[in-house]
Amino acid sequence: MDPYIFLIQLLNGVQYGLLLFLVASGLTLIFGIMGVINLAHGSFYMLGAYLAWSLTAQLGNFWLALLAGFVLSVVLGILLEWLFIRHLYRRDHLQQVLLTYGLILIFSELRSIVWGDDVHSVAVPTLLAGSIPLTETLAYPVYRVWLSIVCVVLAAGMYYLIQHTRLGMMVRAGASNREMTQSLGIDIGLLYRLVFAFGVALAAFAGMLAAPVSSVFPGMGNQVLIICFVVVVIGGIGSVKGAMAAALLIGLVDTFGKVVEFEISGFRVLPELAGMSVFVMMAIVLLWRPEGLFARRLR
Amino acid sequence: MAAADCLELEDMSDDVLIEARGIHAYYGASHVLHGVDLHLRRGETIGLMGRNGMGKTTLLRSMLGLLPPASGSVQVRGRGMTGAAPHRIARAGVAYVPEGRGIFPNLSVRENLLMAARAGHDGRDDWTLDRALDTFPRLRERLAHGGQQLSGGEQQMLTIARALLTNPDVLILDEATEGLAPLVAQEIWRILQRIRESGISSIIVDKNFSAVSTIADRNVILVKGQIVFQGGSEALRARPQLLQAWLGV
Ligand SMILES: Nc1ncnc2c1ncn2[C@@H]1O[C@H](COP(=O)(O)OP(=O)(O)O)[C@@H](O)[C@H]1O
Ligand SMILES: [Mg+2]
Repeated sequence: MDPYIFLIQLLNGVQYGLLLFLVASGLTLIFGIMGVINLAHGSFYMLGAYLAWSLTAQLGNFWLALLAGFVLSVVLGILLEWLFIRHLYRRDHLQQVLLTYGLILIFSELRSIVWGDDVHSVAVPTLLAGSIPLTETLAYPVYRVWLSIVCVVLAAGMYYLIQHTRLGMMVRAGASNREMTQSLGIDIGLLYRLVFAFGVALAAFAGMLAAPVSSVFPGMGNQVLIICFVVVVIGGIGSVKGAMAAALLIGLVDTFGKVVEFEISGFRVLPELAGMSVFVMMAIVLLWRPEGLFARRLR
Repeated sequence: MAAADCLELEDMSDDVLIEARGIHAYYGASHVLHGVDLHLRRGETIGLMGRNGMGKTTLLRSMLGLLPPASGSVQVRGRGMTGAAPHRIARAGVAYVPEGRGIFPNLSVRENLLMAARAGHDGRDDWTLDRALDTFPRLRERLAHGGQQLSGGEQQMLTIARALLTNPDVLILDEATEGLAPLVAQEIWRILQRIRESGISSIIVDKNFSAVSTIADRNVILVKGQIVFQGGSEALRARPQLLQAWLGV
């Protein structure tokens, strides 16, 4: 493979992986800390993308849209936790799956009513519209580089928050022993609400960031949800570190899977098969390590 | 009624830090506590004793909001706290060292301590990390270790130190010396004595009758979810056959 094409694919794979991490980290945190399987998590990604599209159109500025969308998604997260999710903490997984599946349908319907079913695109903000030339014919978009950097900064911030702040200690304590955490004077209900809202905001933010590089379309939430469950399972349920490793792995496997298969296909390989590489990898990882790359422990 | 009596009554109620009245508690259909009254005054240390399964832990958990009682009331410094969330009771100045210790194995020793540290309900903050580590020098050497790497005695010290860092008025200890080597248990008793001298009131549940009755101002004995004895240690030691029946000692 041409080294520059390889480099571009590598960057694309990393960028896709980092974006997946933003969504999957919330999913794994919500499961690891509160024990809730949240099928609606992909919907937040979809909502984020639609918010970016509609707010950019309304406010005339991508950056303002990003800010407003972030605030709105935090508020949405707090409301949802209060209305629905907090009733799920002591319930079994079936009830969690049923309720959060219901939320998917509601969000999908709301999206259809408010924004319609069309595919949209969001323009890359002018500040980041340029490209970095690699060869005479190949260039890499500045926006994608910026996107990756933002994801890395967010991931580092999350790591710091969880590992090195008192809030993070409380969250980890709550994941290991809810009662004891409460008996030390910590309002675990409030803590859970924050964690949930944070997860929602991350997923929505990922959707907003992704909007200028991919199209904004109705099924995007479910697509990302499935891949994110793969990330969570491969990484080890509840492990943020694992989510990072698995997201990058999947980003790369998916990106290169498409290219390599194209290259080695002496005979015709259906393009859909490329998408299977991710699931093949999940099967391999789970055969080797049934509990995922990083066992469940919030460290 | 004389004015002096009134005053004294008021003083007494002001002085009660935590009080349970007429507590009935159930696990499903099994009726575990049958109308228990217990109160702890400022500066007091209570020894709560009884054989296994008599309801000691259940009583503590009812008072701590972890198992809201089916009937009866809980008050902390005169304020109604029946059915209040455990964190509210903790924030009112009640710290808990549970049976089985309850350390966070996925946090380091330092993190176990720091996540709990705060000023008391009245703003007091005499218990700092440094003071706690002076009281438990062994923990100082283990600060960076994970909670699960500690010995049983060290885990117990960590739980007590963590409780103290919330600057409580009331310390509730459930079987703090259970399963510890005699020398380590002695060290814990010495520390409990020092905590008592620092002015913190305690309810201590323990199997070691002689150690409890030495430190306690008042002993309370539970049999099948009811209080059968309440009084000083001398009165109790004077009735060996009842002790045998109630506690098996
Ligand atoms: N979680 C529980 N579910 C059902 N029964 C329980 C539970 N915890 C304790 N019990 C029962 O309640 C009674 C009192 O238990 P407990 O308060 O733990 O006693 P103690 O602390 O005095 O040993 C016992 O008969 C015990 O079997
Ligand atoms: Mg007990």
